[in-house]
Amino acid sequence: MSVLVVVECDGGEVKKSSLEVASYGSQVAQMLGTTATAVAVGEATEANLAQLGEQGITKVLHDAEPRLKDFVNGAYTKLIAAAAQKEDAKIIVLANSNIGASVGSRLSIRLQASIATNVVELPKIDGGSFTVKRGAFSGKAFADVKLDGDRKIIAVKKNSIEALHEAGKTAQVEAFSAQLSDADFADAPKQVVMQDQAGGILLPEADLVVSGGRGMKGPENWNLIEELAKALGAATACSKPVSDVDWRPHHEHVGQTGITVSPNLYIACGISGAIQHLAGVNSSKVIVVINKDPEAPFFKAADYGIVGDVFDVLPKLTQAVKELN
Amino acid sequence: MKFLVCISNVPDTTTKIAFTPDNKEFNKAGVQFVINPWDEYALTRAIELKEAQGGGTVTVLNVGEADTEPNIRKALAIGADDAIRVNAHPKDAFFVAQQIASIAKDGGYDVILMGKESIDYNGFQVHGMVGELLGIPTVAPAMKLDLSGNTATLEREIEGGKEIVEVNTPFVASCQQPMCEPRIPNMRGIMTARTKPLKVVEATADAARTEVAAFALPPQKQGVKLIPAESAGDLIRLLRNEAKVI
Ligand SMILES: Cc1cc2nc3c(=O)[nH]c(=O)nc-3n(C[C@H](O)[C@H](O)[C@H](O)COP(=O)(O)OP(=O)(O)OC[C@H]3O[C@@H](n4cnc5c(N)ncnc54)[C@H](O)[C@@H]3O)c2cc1C
Repeated sequence: MSVLVVVECDGGEVKKSSLEVASYGSQVAQMLGTTATAVAVGEATEANLAQLGEQGITKVLHDAEPRLKDFVNGAYTKLIAAAAQKEDAKIIVLANSNIGASVGSRLSIRLQASIATNVVELPKIDGGSFTVKRGAFSGKAFADVKLDGDRKIIAVKKNSIEALHEAGKTAQVEAFSAQLSDADFADAPKQVVMQDQAGGILLPEADLVVSGGRGMKGPENWNLIEELAKALGAATACSKPVSDVDWRPHHEHVGQTGITVSPNLYIACGISGAIQHLAGVNSSKVIVVINKDPEAPFFKAADYGIVGDVFDVLPKLTQAVKELN
Repeated sequence: MKFLVCISNVPDTTTKIAFTPDNKEFNKAGVQFVINPWDEYALTRAIELKEAQGGGTVTVLNVGEADTEPNIRKALAIGADDAIRVNAHPKDAFFVAQQIASIAKDGGYDVILMGKESIDYNGFQVHGMVGELLGIPTVAPAMKLDLSGNTATLEREIEGGKEIVEVNTPFVASCQQPMCEPRIPNMRGIMTARTKPLKVVEATADAARTEVAAFALPPQKQGVKLIPAESAGDLIRLLRNEAKVI
């Protein structure tokens, strides 16, 4: 019996959200008096995988099949199921990412496991009962969910668990083959297209986000958002109407029908704070709102605010960040 | 081509969330329910593809009690041909997926579409469970879907980009923007929806695997600290020294 953690890698690096997942898994293992093994998906280097020891992982299973570099639902599901079987894993922890949700839901049927996604805290384990806290109602509420059965899958929401860093500890990396066949790659992507990210920071992974709404008046003014984001090392985002009229690409749209983000800092510029927008951002640790209308609903959800014109305020903020750095 | 579109019935997006006194259930009192916004992408795209092919059917499926019928009728008004309601309280994603799979198993559907997740439970799981129960591929979340014969080309969102995926029918896809512009019903649609078939079937006895012990609301914000616009730079110092986030 063990805990299996699924770590997603990109270009040889373990993703930040997977460092959180590994930390979550190793803490659950400790609660249960067992150890946590990781299985790596994506393009991974041995040196980076060994570093998962810092997050409390003792062993990492690595299938070096080159076709696993890009996400393939069929192959990933089979690989993780095989690793779970090998390790006799009763708990499987993955990221609440597009990969984690796609694979987790198929695995829950294959392994006859109960599953909770969007999980924001370590579980409460009390005798036979196992309860996790998850976000619900698009960030407007939480639910304590009891997971039944003796196999459980947990998808952890990004930025909700602090990653452990026990310097110098390493995990043992072990070659592993799930014996994948061509049929397992039937849904392999024909092509992978990466987006052009402002400053190269991915919105779903970002710690800091600078976001613009209709108050920015037009795409020609987005340099103000981008300059502040660049100075801070932040990702950029936008409200729905902004992406609906193509001022910004759809993958930047946050909210109830867009991406849900929970960064340490969310700076909203010229966004009114409609309930559907708040739904995707209100679990951010600190929210800053810049709006010329003092009655804008966003101020109620904010920690810091500036009542002012974005065209006047944004350059001042960028300047102040540069002075600080 | 036969399309099956799964829709869920969710509180309107502007709803202030509240729970029953024991915190076990969402408090429905006075709340307007709508078709899950993500499901509208699935529904509209299925109708568009059917129209483009000049034939086929779009069946709407909902697992829910009788109070979901107004939104099933709305889906028919938007352009679905017929509907099935599995008469049950949707207990959890596993329960719902089993009901969908049991309808789909014998229905001969080529394409099963649904929204990426429901805006109430935010599970993002039903698509994968249905695919696995039926032993067919799933593509989630899909931002684009085109069909050519029995081959579908989809754009699937990945963190930081997209994958172009080709799968053969039958398959399951969970949909999100910018797949299409969701349609709203017109008067003719509303009139014809009344006469379209809506079949009610009983649930299979399958159990759920999870149970909500309690719902809770997030803690209230402490109140906003306002910084005068003239000294906007002070905000940056506060974010570093007080909030410690930069
Ligand atoms: C089913 C459904 C789902 C939805 N999902 C989403 C979603 O996922 N995400 C989302 O964002 N929205 C969503 N919406 C839309 C949402 O209701 C709002 O319409 C939207 O968030 C408003 O965007 P906005 O704040 O950018 O624009 P507006 O509402 O137009 O607000 C612009 C703001 O900018 C301020 N402003 C203007 N000029 C300046 C200036 N020079 N300086 C400073 N401030 C200025 C104004 O005071 C105003 O507050 C959804 C709606 C529905 C019905």
